[in-house]
This record gives sequence, structure tokens and C-alpha cells, in this order.
Amino acid sequence: MQESADTRIHYCFCQMSSDTQVQGRQTVTALPGDGVGPELFASIKEVFTASRVPVDFEEMILSEMEPEKSASLESVIESCQKNTVCLKGIISSPVNFQYGLLQTLNMKFRRGLDLFANVVSVKSLPGCQARHRDLDFVIIREMTEGEYSALEHESVPGVIECLKIVTREKSTRIARFAFDYAIRHGRKKVTAVHKANIMKLADGLFLECCTDVAALYPTIEFESMIVDNTCMQLVSNPHQFDVMVMGNLYGNIIDNLAAGLVGGAGVVPGENYGSEVAVFEPGARHAYAEQIGKDTANPTAMLLSACNLLSHLHLHEHADRISKAVKKTIADGTASVTCVNTITKVIQLNLASQSPQ
Amino acid sequence: MLGHVKNVFSFINAPVDFEEVKLSHSTTDAEFDNAIAAVKRNHVALKGNVDTMFDEPGFKMRNLALRTELDLFANVVWVKSFAGVQTRHRDLDIVVIRENTEGEYRQLEHEVYLQTVGGLVESLKIITEKNSTRIARYAFDFAKRNGRKKITAVHKANIMKLSDGLFLECCHKVSEEYPDIEFEGMIVDNCSMQLVSRPHQFDVMVLPNLYGNIITSIGAGLIGGAGLVSGVNLGEKYAVFETGTRTTGHELVGKNVANPTALLLASSDMLRYLGLVPHADVIKNAVRRVIDDEKLSTPDLGGNASTTDFMEKLMSNLDVRQTFSTA
Repeated sequence: MQESADTRIHYCFCQMSSDTQVQGRQTVTALPGDGVGPELFASIKEVFTASRVPVDFEEMILSEMEPEKSASLESVIESCQKNTVCLKGIISSPVNFQYGLLQTLNMKFRRGLDLFANVVSVKSLPGCQARHRDLDFVIIREMTEGEYSALEHESVPGVIECLKIVTREKSTRIARFAFDYAIRHGRKKVTAVHKANIMKLADGLFLECCTDVAALYPTIEFESMIVDNTCMQLVSNPHQFDVMVMGNLYGNIIDNLAAGLVGGAGVVPGENYGSEVAVFEPGARHAYAEQIGKDTANPTAMLLSACNLLSHLHLHEHADRISKAVKKTIADGTASVTCVNTITKVIQLNLASQSPQ
Repeated sequence: MLGHVKNVFSFINAPVDFEEVKLSHSTTDAEFDNAIAAVKRNHVALKGNVDTMFDEPGFKMRNLALRTELDLFANVVWVKSFAGVQTRHRDLDIVVIRENTEGEYRQLEHEVYLQTVGGLVESLKIITEKNSTRIARYAFDFAKRNGRKKITAVHKANIMKLSDGLFLECCHKVSEEYPDIEFEGMIVDNCSMQLVSRPHQFDVMVLPNLYGNIITSIGAGLIGGAGLVSGVNLGEKYAVFETGTRTTGHELVGKNVANPTALLLASSDMLRYLGLVPHADVIKNAVRRVIDDEKLSTPDLGGNASTTDFMEKLMSNLDVRQTFSTA
């Protein structure tokens, strides 16, 4: 109860700060998350200060691993709705089934804000050790239904039924999002990933919706691919992909697989969009809890996510400066040191060396 | 493709007769029943892949039906690198053991019409304690028999807490009976990332159906593609050998460019299963020699050798003396 009172005070404070928008400053909800999240968030703040970004953070703690420290989900959702933009670290979902709750906090958060589209841009970074060079494709994942329905029950002892839900409405929505994204970003091709050879109705419906939407976008090439083949193609011939659109679980797997191709979970940024709110977080969701306090986490994904956030706020100059500084740092080989503080310092230097705005 | 296997078998004098049964996506029910009966009477089968025709709803999936009818609960795919194939990772040696009968593949789906949604499909995934324990036990037995050190159970229990949770729990329970073998759980998305970045950490993996399908394909991709990996579906009574990734390659038909490696390795696995170890070795060694030493590669591996070229090279590499001396 003490927690919620604190949050309320915090909330009031932020109400005031959002009044200061007359000076052109914007408030963004910040959820540092679990694991190394707080360390990475500190690095974001340093870099933002160094670049004099006109953004204020409304910092809140949301955690499923440490529920006693966490603010209530309602207050976090309210804050996001008010600010319409959020920068988020990774919130871990425990495997164990403790409180009789099947929905994870992440799922509730996404559903509360109706964040239906997850966009992960997989782009090779020069200087980053990886198996493939010059990759550049986008993974768009439906995030509100599918396997993440949290509808599970034991029908007879020893037998569990788990429901996967696919609807025409949501499938059409994500398909339209993907094609609109392709048009807006000058992409040529959309690949729908599915397993309709096995789940003929569910994935069949998803594929049907994608095909229907594709007919409205004759300038964009459309193809479909079965998920297992897609995975194989991704590791052997990943350059064939441009924009990919898929259901929830496949998106989760392929996001991570793709992150592995360009250098791991530490370097890929992600974006989540609902009709009202945009949430920016690393693309592959790993909290790296084992690295807490070791100063070894890679802040690249978080920094690039922050750059996407700045672009979203039309602060393009700041976004470009920071992303240039991040990329220069990696290209110089400093990132191999993998040490948040060092990297942050180098990025600050790189920022300073660029001509001031 | 099967013609090539037959040629090889007669050349090395393998004491195996084939009873050929047609099974394709256009097979009638009677023909299908006959195919099932044929496997039941022979106990062992070598099988190409059958198209599942995803664009036709209501289509009966012969692959799936075959596996459930014969209760072929374990799919084992051995992902092993070839020295002669250019890939990004060298010396991989991973065994992927996949539950083959339940999970997402139970075909329990139904459509619900709601005014607000206008089309909603529910698809059921079924996980049972019995089948999860069975596959876990198979995996640990396999590891013990083959001198393997570690088993990784792959799941998504952080999201599907009950179903994947049950699978993980069953694996965990079985692992307690095998203290010599290291056991770990890994979430499927992380597992895919680890596979492409640090695949050498894996030894034996055990997975439910859909994850198995995905991970097997990633594994095949890592060592050079679908044409190189063989697999087997095992039940308590029957064994069906096939290519590891179950792709038909229908776009290659008649072009004489398909890579016969996967099917040849499957036939070798089958001979080993039948106790014809020398014959199995002759085929396996010849395949490895053609790919590793002679560096012959079909178009899927970036070369331009035809299937016929490959088979000619293979025939000249079959060291028949070994089989005769033991016969």
C-alpha cells in the first residue's frame, strides 16, 4: 500500500513536469525493468544529458520477479497513456507458476495498452562480431493473441489443454500494419510466416488475412513461408528477407534467432505500437539477470531503442547524433570491451566530437 | 530418389528387400490403410516426404496420420557437420529429440463466430504427463546409450505455464533418475538465439512437437540445409526413417539436382537399426567421402553437381569389401 501512495506522489510530480512542455520538453514514461535494466537506463540518462535531449523521464518500477518493489500495473498504464511514449527495459517472466496467474505482467501490460504490433529491425552493425554481414530486415509480430492467450486448463489429470487464439480482426490489423510499414519505409517485400500446413484453421486464418490485405498493396511483393523453413532460411540465406509478419510465438522465436544472427540480444532494438501508445524496448527480451552489478551488459540495444523513441518524438537530430555515436563506438571496436560505463563514456566523447547543434 | 537407395543396397549386397508402397497427398484412404498395414507387417520403413497441402482445408495429412496411427512418438534428428560443406559453424554434433504425437499437432481447431470479432479460431495444444514422460525417458536413455553428457529441455513455460510447465516438470522428474547426465531447461526463443550464436554448447535436446520442428530446421540450416540431415521416427514397435527436415523439394522434381545425402543417410541409419552395421558404415563413409574429400556439391550447397554425378561418385566410393568380409 505504501508503494501505491509513493506512486501517486510521483504521478502528481510528473503532472507538473508535463505542464512544462511549453518549453518544448517532453515527458516519457521509463520502466528500467529487471536484471541489468537499471544499469542500462542509467547509461541512457547520461547519454541524453550529454546530448542535451529535451526529454524528461517519469521513472517507474514494474517487475514480476520482485513484486514488492513494483508499482501497480494500473498506475504504469495510466502514465503511458498520459505520455503516449514509453522507454522500457526487459521485464522477466518467471517460469514457475506461483500465484495462480497464467498471464504474465508483460502480457497484461501489452494488453492494457493494446500494443498489438512489435517491430524489430534487424540490421548488422559494422564492427560487431557476427556470422552474417549487411543484414537489414524487419520482423513484425502480432502481440495480443495467439499462443499467449493464457488460456490453459487440465481437462483430465495429466492432460493439459492450451488454447491458441487467432482472430480475423487482429490478423488483418497486423497485416495492414506490416504493409503500411513496408510502404512508409520503402521496403519491397512482405513475407508472412505461419504453420498453416499443421494448424490449418488458426494459421490458415492468419495467412488468409495477410493474402487479402496483400491484394490492396499491389506494389509490395507478398510471399508466405512455413515457420520451420523460415528458421532454416534465416540461418543459411538471411539476405532474402525484407519485412516479415507473423503471429505471436513465431515472432518471439524469430526475433531471438535474428538477434543471434547480428550479434545477440544486446544489440537489437525493438518498438511496440498500439493505436495510442508507443513503447520502445530491446528487440530480444533478455534481462541478463546474471550480469547485474558486473558492469558487463551491452547498452547498444537500449540506446538504439532510445534513438527510435527520439525519432518517434520528431527529435531526429538528437536521434541521429546518438545513433551515430553508438555506431561509431561499435565500429571503433570499443564495444568488445563490453562494459557499460566505458561504453557510455566513449559514446559521450563521440557525441562531444560531433559538431554541437 | 528411392531408386538410388535401391541401387546402392544391391551394390553393397545389403540383405534388405523393399516393399514399395505409394503414399502421396493424393492417396486414397484404402491406399493409406495399406501403407499403415505395410509398416505394421514390416516394422521398419524408409520414407520420402509427403506434401501437406496447406492451401486445402479439410485435407487429411498423411504424414501426421502415419505418425499417430503407428504411435511413432520420438523423432530423432542428428545434426552433424560435414567438413566438406562451407558453413558458419564447424564440428557441430547435436541430437534433437522431438515429441511427435501431441502438442500443437493434434488438429483440434474450431472456428467461433462472434459479432464483434467476425471470425475467431481456437487451436488447442495438448500436453500430457504420459507422453512428456515417455519422450523425456527416451531422451535420457538415448543419452546414456550413446555416451552423451547433457540434455537440454526446450520449452516456453514462462508463457504457457501449465502446458509447457508440465513438459518441463516431467523432464525434470526423469532427469533425477539419471544423475550422470547433466540436465538444463532453456526457453525456446533463447535457445534459437543460442543455436545461431553458440551452438557448441548443445549436446542432446528434447522438445515438444512444434519447437522440435523449428529447432530441427535451424539445426539443418546450420550445417548446410535440408539435403544433409537424416531423421528417424520411433515408436515402441515401429521405426520410420526419413529425411530430417521433412521437405519434399517438389520444385526440384525432374531436374536431377536434388541432394540425395539425407535419404542415403536415412537408409544407412535404417541398416544400423536392423543390425546391419557394416553395410550402414559403408554407405555413411562413402557419403562422407564424397562430400568431405571429393568436395562434390549439389546446387543446394552452392555447387553444380547433378544427382547423377553425386551417385556415380558415391558408387565408386562404396567400399564393398567390408560388407563381404563380415557376411
